[in-house]
Amino acid sequence: MHRITCPWCGPRDEIEFHYRGDATVSRPPAGAGAAAFYDYIYTRGNPLGWHLEWWAHAGGCRQWVKVLRNTATHEIKATGKAWDALNKPK
Amino acid sequence: MNRYSVFRLLAEGLGGHAGWRRAWRDPAPKASYDVVIVGGGGHGLASAYYLAKEHGVTNVAVLERGALGLGNTGRNTTIVRSNYLLPENNRFYEKSLRLWEGLEQDLNFNVMMSQRGVLNLCHSDSQRDQFARRGNSMRLAGIDAELLDREQVRAMVPILDFDNARFPIYGGLLQRRGGTARHDAVAWGFARAADSRGVDIIQNCEVTGIRVESGRVLGVDTARGYIAAGKVGIAVAGHTSHVAAMAGLRLPVESHILQAFVTEGLKPVLDCVVTFGAGHFYISQSDKGGLVFGGGLDGYNSYARRGTLPTVEHVWSEGVAMIPLLSRLRVLRQWAGVMDMTFDGSPLICKTPVQGLYLNGGWCYGGFKATPGSGWCFAHTIARDEPHELNAAMTIERFRDGAMIDEKGAGPFPWLH
Repeated sequence: MHRITCPWCGPRDEIEFHYRGDATVSRPPAGAGAAAFYDYIYTRGNPLGWHLEWWAHAGGCRQWVKVLRNTATHEIKATGKAWDALNKPK
Repeated sequence: MNRYSVFRLLAEGLGGHAGWRRAWRDPAPKASYDVVIVGGGGHGLASAYYLAKEHGVTNVAVLERGALGLGNTGRNTTIVRSNYLLPENNRFYEKSLRLWEGLEQDLNFNVMMSQRGVLNLCHSDSQRDQFARRGNSMRLAGIDAELLDREQVRAMVPILDFDNARFPIYGGLLQRRGGTARHDAVAWGFARAADSRGVDIIQNCEVTGIRVESGRVLGVDTARGYIAAGKVGIAVAGHTSHVAAMAGLRLPVESHILQAFVTEGLKPVLDCVVTFGAGHFYISQSDKGGLVFGGGLDGYNSYARRGTLPTVEHVWSEGVAMIPLLSRLRVLRQWAGVMDMTFDGSPLICKTPVQGLYLNGGWCYGGFKATPGSGWCFAHTIARDEPHELNAAMTIERFRDGAMIDEKGAGPFPWLH
């Protein structure tokens, strides 16, 4: 079971959230070309270990929460607002 | 090869079973091979087997990190079927099903292939229309499909809740040739048959690097030293992304976990595979009597091989809505496997931008039924350096080119497929 600390609502059960995927990808500028958009939409690092990802607090404040979670252990190291930089442990 | 037969069993029984030999050798890795397959699950072993059998390529090694078949080959719900809508899928899976139908004789190994039927339930008029369309698509490809009405379903599976208030059963789409097989035996059967044709199966040999020079693969670094290879095939399921990353590839794949469950044993109540149409739930009864079932993904990136409880509750509630007697049963075992989810829910059997490096992955949670067909197509792709027409569409480039094979129509979200 994941307990995710929403920066607005505090610690909440994972069932209140919708998973929204890898938070390290960002939309390229409109003229960046097909290859850049292919990477943005389809390719992922898919790391075994620390993963920066979005969880939408759909059953709560409806904000998108940035979460640093370990894909091997399910440990959550940090959560933040969309614009927060969360650093992966060494 | 020590051929298995009923006469052999009788003879060994009279001799105290002292004469059985090991089913495959345990060779030390050679310095080089024509083909190295990374991953000793069903797909890797089947690929090696068909390389030897169909293409005469026998200087082949299968490298496995641990022991054979302990990944997704041993973690699925053993369902075999080819009831897909899209031609790129149903023709491929039908090839696989036809190989399943002759697999025991071909491998001389009992994989307990049981064509007990796969029945998909529908719960609304529109879903029945969609099932009719899928059934017609299958029949156009020469695959058996029957649309059953509610009473035909009731005659076949009386334990269902036909008048569930939210999800009443309207009918079903039946593929009689679908069914189940014993998953461990598939890995062992392919291993034994590949070994007898000269393939080296090397366990406890984790691949730690792939050497590439001037865009061409040279070999692999392993826990047991460097192995040179003319061609390298990757068949590592949930670990596809980081093995491919060893050769510099970044793929349209995410790893997600899928849970499965087995209940305590009970007397025969279910003699086919049934799936719930109002969610994602599939169930069959094993030969030992336990009900084997599963549902959808947990829905977040994970390599943990265990799931979380909200999914357990969700899967059970789907099951109880379909078969009320499930509420009185206890689960004996629960586990999860790591699924290599692509962005359209369909697999990759293809060449890669690195010359001599081939990829077999992206199986989402349809990998088990594909085992023989996947191996057959992958062997063809490796041996000829070009895909067979059955896997020609299963490329990495299909995402770039907008030619997705999106069976479910869910869009580019791996956790929704």
